[in-house]
Order: sequence, then C-alpha cells, then structure tokens
Amino acid sequence: MKEKTWVEDVNRSIYDIKNEEKDVYRLKAGLTPEIVAQISDEKHDPDWMREFRQRSLEIYNEIPVPDWGPSIEGLNMDKIATYVRTNTDMKANWEDVPEEIKKTFDLLGIPQAERESLAGVGAQYDSELVYHNVKKEVAEQGVVYTDMESALNGEYADMVKSHFMKLVPPRDHKFAALHGAVWSGGSFVYVPPGVKVDIPLQSYFRLNAPGAGQFEHTLIIVDEGADLHFIEGCSAPKYNVANLHAGCVELFVGKNARLRYSTIENWSKNMYNLNTKRARVEAGGKIEWVSGSFGSHVSYLYPMSILNGDGARAEFTGVTFAGQGQNLDTGAKMVHNAPNTSSYMNTRSISKGGGISTFRSSVVVSPKAKHSKSSVSCQSLMLDRISRSDTIPAMDIRTNDADIGHEAKIGRISDEAVFYLMSRGLPEDEARAMIVSGFADNVSKELPVEYAVEMNNLIRLEMKGSIG
Amino acid sequence: MTEKLLQVKNLSVRVEEKEILHGIHLEIGRGETHVLMGPNGAGKSTLGYALMGNPSYEVTGGKIFFDGKDLDEVSVAERAKAGLFLSFQNPLEVPGITLSNFIRSALEQRTGERIRLWDFRKELEAKMEVLQMDKSYAKRDLNVGFSGGEKKKAEILQLLMMKPSLAILDETDSGLDVDAVRTVSRGVEEYQKDKDGSLLIITHSTRILEALHVDVTHVMVDGRIVAEGDASLVDEINEKGFEQYL
Repeated sequence: MKEKTWVEDVNRSIYDIKNEEKDVYRLKAGLTPEIVAQISDEKHDPDWMREFRQRSLEIYNEIPVPDWGPSIEGLNMDKIATYVRTNTDMKANWEDVPEEIKKTFDLLGIPQAERESLAGVGAQYDSELVYHNVKKEVAEQGVVYTDMESALNGEYADMVKSHFMKLVPPRDHKFAALHGAVWSGGSFVYVPPGVKVDIPLQSYFRLNAPGAGQFEHTLIIVDEGADLHFIEGCSAPKYNVANLHAGCVELFVGKNARLRYSTIENWSKNMYNLNTKRARVEAGGKIEWVSGSFGSHVSYLYPMSILNGDGARAEFTGVTFAGQGQNLDTGAKMVHNAPNTSSYMNTRSISKGGGISTFRSSVVVSPKAKHSKSSVSCQSLMLDRISRSDTIPAMDIRTNDADIGHEAKIGRISDEAVFYLMSRGLPEDEARAMIVSGFADNVSKELPVEYAVEMNNLIRLEMKGSIG
Repeated sequence: MTEKLLQVKNLSVRVEEKEILHGIHLEIGRGETHVLMGPNGAGKSTLGYALMGNPSYEVTGGKIFFDGKDLDEVSVAERAKAGLFLSFQNPLEVPGITLSNFIRSALEQRTGERIRLWDFRKELEAKMEVLQMDKSYAKRDLNVGFSGGEKKKAEILQLLMMKPSLAILDETDSGLDVDAVRTVSRGVEEYQKDKDGSLLIITHSTRILEALHVDVTHVMVDGRIVAEGDASLVDEINEKGFEQYL
C-alpha cells in the first residue's frame, strides 16, 4: 500500500515534552509597573536595570503593534504570564540536575551534544538557567560564559551596562520594549582580544509553561582579533494557549574579529516568535549568521548586521520551513556604514500544506560606504499548490560606488527527480525529503554535523504526510 | 519450463494524451542480454520508463510480469526492491546528498539493514576503479556538476553496487567518447558475470555492444516491435540502418 496520509499536525511528540508545572514563582498574568518591579526584586536588579525595565514598559505601552507582516491578532498579552521559573536553582554539574528535567533534555539531545563537541551549555529551562557548565579550557583562555543575571551583578557588570540593548533599543519596536521590561535569562559571552575559541559554545532555550512568554537576552562581545562560534537551539512543547517568544540577541564583533552565530529554531506550532537579533561589526571583522527557522505559528525574524568599520563583512545563510497553519516572515538586513564593506545573503524558503513563507531582504548602503559589495540570493520551494512563497527585497543605496546584486528563484519539486530517486528503491516520502533536505543544504553544510543531522530529521518530520 | 524473468504482454502506454507504445511483447530470461534498437522517437525510452513505473507513463493495456509477479499497482520503489534497475539517459542532479551516501541509503532501503561502512567503502572504491572514476566523485553531490560521461559512469556504478536482476540501460552510450564507451561497457560486463544479471540495452548506436555478448535483438519502430533476431541483427542494422523497417 502506498502511504497516503494527510497529517493535520506533524507528530512532534519527541519535541513537545511537557513536564509537570512546578512554576511556583509564576506571576499573575498581565503587565503592570508592579509586576515589572517584582521581576526586578526577584532578580536583584541593579538600580539602572530597575529603571531600564520601567522605562521600557512605558515605551511598550506607547508603541502600537506592527501593522505590517503576518497577523498577531491571536496574541493576547493579558493572558500571557510573563515570567516563569522552575524551583530549580542553577546547577554546576549535570549529575545534580533533577531527573525530570534531565529526561526532557535527554530527549532533546543536549548531553550528547555536550559530550561530543560543545564547550559549555547554558540550557534555559523556563526562564532560569538550570544547567551551566563551561569547559575548563575555555575559561582558562579567559572566555566569560555565564547567564545574563550573573553577568549583571558580577565582574562584568559595567560591560553589560554599556552594551545592554544599545544595539536593539526598546524604542525599536513594541516587542523590543516588552523585552526590555520583562527580559529574563539568556547568555553573556565575552571573548578577550586575540582569543580563538575552537569549540562552539552552545545555548539551548526552551519554553515549558502554558501561556508563558520567553524573553531571554543574549549578549556576546567578541573583542579585537578574537574568534567564536556560538550555537543557539530552540524547541518548545506544545500548548493551546497562545505562546510568545520575544528574545533579543546583541552581538558585538570587534576589529578583525569573527563571530559565527548559528541557530536552529524549532518552536511549537502555536508560538508567536517575535525575535530581534542584531550585530555590529567593526573594521575587518566578520559576522556569519547561520539560521534555520522551523515551527512557530507566526515568526518575525530579520537578523540585522551593521557594518560599521572599514572592510567589515557579513554573511547570512538561512532556511525557513513553513508548514500547515504557519506564517513565517523571515529575512535579513544588511547596513553598510563604512567603506569596503561586503555582505552576502543566501536563503532558501520552503512552504508546504498551505504554509506561507515570506522572505524580506533589506540592504542599506550609506554615502560613506564606498566600494561596498552586496549580494542577495533567495530561492523558494513550494511543495504543493496551496502553499505560498513571497520575496520582498528592499534596497536603499546612497552611493554610486557600490556593487549590488540580487537574484530570486521560485520553484517546485521536479517529478522527474522524485522518480529518479524512487527508481533506486527510496519510498516517495523519503525521496521528497531527500530533495528538500538537499534544497536546504546551504544551511546544513554550515552546521556542525550533529545539528545538520537534527535539521535533516526535522525536515523529514515535516515532510511526513506531505504526499497525497 | 523455467519462467522468464521479465514478461511484457501486449503492453500499451500513454504519455499525457498520446499513446506511444502499441501492444509490445517482450520476454527476457535470467542472465540474458537483450538489445532494443530503433530510430529516435520510436518509444524505446518510454518502454524503459513504463517498466520502471514512472507515474507519468500510463499503462492503458497489457501486463508486465517481473519474477512472476504482476507489476500493476507496484510502486517505483517496490519495483527497484524487486530487482529492477533503470540507468537514466539524463541522470538528474540532486544537491545535498553525496553519491556515496545516496548509494548507501538506497542499499539500506532495499535490504532494510544497516550496511557496514568499511565493507561498503571498499566495494565502492573497487567498482569506481573498474569504471576509472576518480574517488573524489563519491564525495560529490549526486550528479551535480558531473560531465555527461561522469553521470553515465555514476549510473553504472549504482548498477554495480545495487546488483539488480534486470538492468535497463537507456542510451547509456550516447554522448560518450570512444574511451568512455569502452569503460562503461567494461562495467556492464562486470555486472553480467558478477551476478548473472539480465540486461535490456536501449541504444540507437551499436558501439556499446561491441564488447558484449548479445542474446536477442529487438527493433522498435513507432511504438511496435517490428523485428527480432539474434546478435547478427545488430550487425545488419549497423550496416544498413533502420530504413528497411520504416
């Protein structure tokens, strides 16, 4: 019998693992100055942060929700508990992590990844870090890798203060303001000048409480001539209550430094993922984004690279997979603000089962950015006739002396290719999954092998039931 | 009486709205090598696709039996597992999977068992040597950026690794230079003796046949088999062409 199924919703049981709620600190839903003050109390915020949160809340109340992009009408902020944490304090040893939480992480593959090649894990469970371990050699190199709360009050407090939400100010948009008011958890990394970290650092974010928002903040500073690969992976269990993710990532890449920031996001299909990521690159430095966007109900995600120094470079390599009931609005923004800068965008988007995938690219070249180069390449694959794929390029070039290129392609899976693979004994769904994985190989080729495998498994999972 | 490996009985095939094959009869025994010749557009490739079960090629009449089993309603993948193989005239490029990984996952799909990497690699390298393929091709994406000749060699490499009981070679010799034809035909020979494999060689030239023992020759014109004979028919066509059949 030929497999002919239409799965309403992909079976995500291996990702959607829900633990008993033990969020004893869960606050009353809804957002008031008192709640924000309570967060400050809980976190022992320094005074500047207390004020920062209150100011952000005011901005949040002033700014309207975005009137472009996918609808976020299903999001009711009054219902979303903004701060959740489990009754587990930070742990230094894997052995000390409670069994229940361990099981969840086990199923998500964290300890394996740790054992194999990762330098340290700051795994976020609900809003607090439950597990944190930086390998000795990395610390010995002078690399600081800690959770944001510790960084805020620790040795690097001044550095946090002078960088926190400077790239993404709360006024940027409504959800940046919300983030400024209620942010919780996340990672802080500082790599001193000239230090090359040869093993990737990893952080794993996860949402686990119904109706809870997740507002983790990631702040990474790679000093002059240093080199770092940071991996962020996301997965969340599924609930019927609207879920919101409004994280913020700020990356500072120093002179001649290099930072690779890799992400595989795999949110449950009811998630509103309104995430903001931004990097600033100084002279001769380079930012490399590698991004796989899966899951979520609605996503707004456009990592921005600001090329601020002579010869700074940015690369963005991304894949987006929008299945049934998903509206994923993704892309990247490149800002050329200095001479001889270059940017390269290479993205693939896949839509299936009525999913909508929109790719927005934005290239801004300022009058200062003479001899700059930018190239944008975007390919879309639609797996059936009910899915949708759009490409929206924007360019604002303010010098005559720049080399700008753009190409976009939209296609479907060729029946001949499916037949070719099947003629070697592959069942139809395997053949299709293989072709789609191949289409997304711009990203999988850039990922460490265990992540590439996970991404291909995700694609296979999403593809199941797509025939019929 | 031993049963023939392949029995095609009164097969008619339609592509889109047009009937291409009209009542084909064809039988291939185990270990036999058959040649299907005919001018361009005669329907030779259509027969190959129809045997392999390409859904764009609709069987409107007749039956195909393979290994005694009616192939009606049998999917392409199941036909492959049953031991049918089609070497494509224009192999498709599939980015994202290497030639080596592709062959391995196809083999694992067929057998349902994991294949030991070491044994696999050793065999693959030996077969690549027969085909004078550079080892680097194993690690390249399937057919992506391969020359015409390398694509055909990659097809024969798959044939040698998958060891089907019947291989249909669709114009495997077309577009190849003399040396490449010789190399490819060495690979085909290896398949013949390695497993006593049956062959249906579709061609409109005769170069690939020079080194191979041919049991039966079929001539197809306008979707019908118009002549059959032994290996000497190949020589005759080589001399006189198809004109007498048109």
